[in-house]
Amino acid sequence: MAQYQCPDCGYIYDEDKGAEHEGYPSGTKWKDIPEDFPCPDCFVREKPDFEEVKLK
Amino acid sequence: MSKETAAMLSIPRSQEEGQITTWISLKKYAYLISLVLPLAPISSCYLAVTTGNGLWLWATIVFWYFGIALLDKYFGDDEANPTDKMVEELKSEEYYKKVMYLTVPLLWAGVIACAYTVSQYEWSWFSFLGGALSAGLVAGIGVNLGHEMGHKINDRVQVFFAKMALALSGYGHFFIEHNKGHHKDVATPEDPASSRMGESLYKFVKREIPGAFRRAWELESARLKRMGKSEWSFSNEIIQPAIATIALYSLLLAYFGPIMIPFLLIVAGFGYWQLTCANYIEHYGLLRQKNEKTGRYERCQPHHSWNANQKVSNLILLHLQRHSDHHAHPTRAYQVLRDYNGVPNLPAGYPLMFVYAMIPSVWFSIMDPKVVAWAGGDMDKVNIDADKKDELYSRYHNPEKKAA
Repeated sequence: MAQYQCPDCGYIYDEDKGAEHEGYPSGTKWKDIPEDFPCPDCFVREKPDFEEVKLK
Repeated sequence: MSKETAAMLSIPRSQEEGQITTWISLKKYAYLISLVLPLAPISSCYLAVTTGNGLWLWATIVFWYFGIALLDKYFGDDEANPTDKMVEELKSEEYYKKVMYLTVPLLWAGVIACAYTVSQYEWSWFSFLGGALSAGLVAGIGVNLGHEMGHKINDRVQVFFAKMALALSGYGHFFIEHNKGHHKDVATPEDPASSRMGESLYKFVKREIPGAFRRAWELESARLKRMGKSEWSFSNEIIQPAIATIALYSLLLAYFGPIMIPFLLIVAGFGYWQLTCANYIEHYGLLRQKNEKTGRYERCQPHHSWNANQKVSNLILLHLQRHSDHHAHPTRAYQVLRDYNGVPNLPAGYPLMFVYAMIPSVWFSIMDPKVVAWAGGDMDKVNIDADKKDELYSRYHNPEKKAA
């Protein structure tokens, strides 16, 4: 499963975990997250700002 | 100064390690003076009761607006910024959280002490007002604590204490509205919590309080809807602190009688007022530019906040006044917030600026020229009150001056 990171605060969106508190259950694919999704930690970066985490 | 130069200079000031380590290690304990504000009303209640002089109930208010300003004048600015290495050490140190965990119950005790004192003894209406305003100020300090901890949304303990601190003034919706709303829209005309040039504090408050509540409720409803829950449920994070407020206020009413009705109205009102004043001064007139192609505003940058770097008021307010760094990195803990070079600076700490803001003619005469200088004389770059637009343009608009 893919991971995407907020470039400001370092929060990682993990498709396995989702963002439960914000109403995106575990397993929610990144492509199904809306474009205006703000980082659920710092709220000052949005989905288009996120960077994919390259898994080793 | 052009925008480009300003942007280049808008960097946290770096310092040699040796210069500052002593002060920063001392500062760790200096934060304990933030306990003065919850403790002041408790001691002034004690003095009022033991001396029988109700004027003591005003001591906290006088200290807040004028005492801190004098101390700021005496102790001056805080030149120290933590180095990157120190940030790594300091940012997760438990001690700094414990200072706040100690403060929150003291804030509750402060409000209860004032409620007890004003209800159980005979006072003039003027002394009663002082006691109620002191409790309201304590509730306002609760909003500051709620602000700091409410940003750390991954830390359940901090979020719990944030809710309890906000419950004092009944401003539980704050951390939703602030994190998701204000931080996103800050320094734009759309933000009810950013003031416009030419807008007085008394005009601003009528836009700010309802606008902030509406935005909080919409954001929380949308979140609950995504979770498949009703907005009227215990999962609603506006309702949770509201329950704590209702419980506290009902208990005070039950124990101390109907005099709690005017008392609590003043407590909540003055608590709200502290936040209104802070919102008013933090971004006055500053405007983020809109990218015409994408329709998105530029990111909030350090030059979009007003700062104050005085030592004492920053210790008492847990670095709220290092506001540019806060908006650049909203989850950064208070003890590692840094002062920036080349950012908008207020001439005094927040409490004294609140006094100026409450006298609009004084506020405008101090701040309007600063906003104009910030915009390089180009009023198109200012967040301006539509009703005052013509007047302010004819007085200040002079973009050529910058080019000359």
